[in-house]
Amino acid sequence: MKKIYLCIVFCFLYIPILTLITLSFNKSGLPTSWGGFSINWYYELFENQKIFKALFNTIIVAFFSTIIAGLLGTLLAMGMELRKSNKYIEATAFIPMIIPDIVMAISLLSFFTLLQFTLGLHSIIISHVVFNTAFVCAVVRTRFKYFDHNVIEASYDLGGKHIITFIKITLPIILPGVIAGSLLSFTLSFDEFIIAFFTSGAGSSSTTLPMLIYSMIRFGVTPEINALSTFIILFSFTIVFISQRAVKGKLLI
Amino acid sequence: MFKNKLVLPGLTWISLFLLIPCIIIFTYSFFERGVYGGIEYNFNLENYVRSFKWTYFKILLTSGQIAFLAASISVLIAFPAAYCITKANPKYQILLLFFMMLPFWSNYLIRTYSWMVLLNNQGLINNLLIYIGLIDEPIRLLYTKFSVIVGLVYNYLPFVVLSIYASLSTMNKEIIEASEDLGGNFFDTLIRVIIPLSLPGILAGFIFVFVLSVGNFITPDLLGGGKFLMIGNLIYDQFLSARDWPFGSSLSLILVTIMLSLLFIQSLILARKKL
Repeated sequence: MKKIYLCIVFCFLYIPILTLITLSFNKSGLPTSWGGFSINWYYELFENQKIFKALFNTIIVAFFSTIIAGLLGTLLAMGMELRKSNKYIEATAFIPMIIPDIVMAISLLSFFTLLQFTLGLHSIIISHVVFNTAFVCAVVRTRFKYFDHNVIEASYDLGGKHIITFIKITLPIILPGVIAGSLLSFTLSFDEFIIAFFTSGAGSSSTTLPMLIYSMIRFGVTPEINALSTFIILFSFTIVFISQRAVKGKLLI
Repeated sequence: MFKNKLVLPGLTWISLFLLIPCIIIFTYSFFERGVYGGIEYNFNLENYVRSFKWTYFKILLTSGQIAFLAASISVLIAFPAAYCITKANPKYQILLLFFMMLPFWSNYLIRTYSWMVLLNNQGLINNLLIYIGLIDEPIRLLYTKFSVIVGLVYNYLPFVVLSIYASLSTMNKEIIEASEDLGGNFFDTLIRVIIPLSLPGILAGFIFVFVLSVGNFITPDLLGGGKFLMIGNLIYDQFLSARDWPFGSSLSLILVTIMLSLLFIQSLILARKKL
């Protein structure tokens, strides 16, 4: 009974994904009828220059926003756990995770427009750092649960300087959290659509992959989208597997 | 706050690029749209009055209704699933949770698109229903409230399972045994012991789905067929097509207020439980 129920839930979760993967090999390209096995859509995909340009932009955005957010988020987590925190700090670090994307998108657009800030990949990066910092911070903070604060005291007592204590004691303990948080941040940024859409500015030079996927889905579906989806699904799953190894069996979130 | 130097860079970034932008749209919401878009700086409450006119208030209500149904259905599906996982062999529990969460990490647009394929008039589900003889011709599944709710439940279910599991797995097993020893049958124990004790997890899951659904843009846009089904679509339109930024700002603030009050209610309920 329990097994059957879990099976049904897993079917509900995986059938849509498997359907897309299957359709990516469908010769006819239609979602409705099976025209035989073909990898033709993958060829089409690799010939599409727009996709590579968008992929490149997405990686730039995800990479730089992760680097900055990784640093800011880790420092924030350390500050909150090792020094005094209060409800204002807690609230500020929490809001980016819960504010609706669309609200964040329009407020950033208003902000950049008011400042007459030129939009482009850099403004997407700035915007992504906001929520990525909050998520990195949340993940790193979970590592402090395993943290014995006396270890730091001991290091100071033995004459360790701040920087030495950080490198020798704090960093090794929180490192799995920093890696997991950064991978989460990379995935979030890689997949993020609406904020990037609002802060990318006009013109196609800073189109990211989710923006391209959105226009492919919304305005005339081309069969290439199934092949592209398959790639992205497998890519995300690979990142999750890596980050699982990083936190050694501990579940993310 | 300022003595804690470690938190300064992160807090500065968030304040500069989130709190200040929010203050800007808060200010905008009291102004009005200029003739060619833009902002006319004369203070009034017209946007808020307008938000509560039936044309727009209807959309607010629909958003709430869809979010409520999505959150309730998610909890109804997730609770038994989380319960089944806690009853599974401890060796496999983490693995089951891992595979429960895995789809959650793939691209949101793609997960939503997969339901466009499945719910299509010629899609797998309609074909299946015709094949088993339940219906004679395709029924309209896509671009309805139903498809939006399915999409939301699909996207957020894994998190609800996780949050209920977290509550269930930390529950003291002896209390459940005590209930059984005292003659309570399975349903008594479930309703009087297990559900009340796992309320924080259930509530967290419910609020999570509600909050993310009520302000959602992508799901109602793709699975709702681009009608102004939910407030997210309306805000999007005010900023990109109608170019009425002040009105869009006031709608955003109403959305944030709804969300924050829910989170506040949640914290009150959780605080009461601790007493």
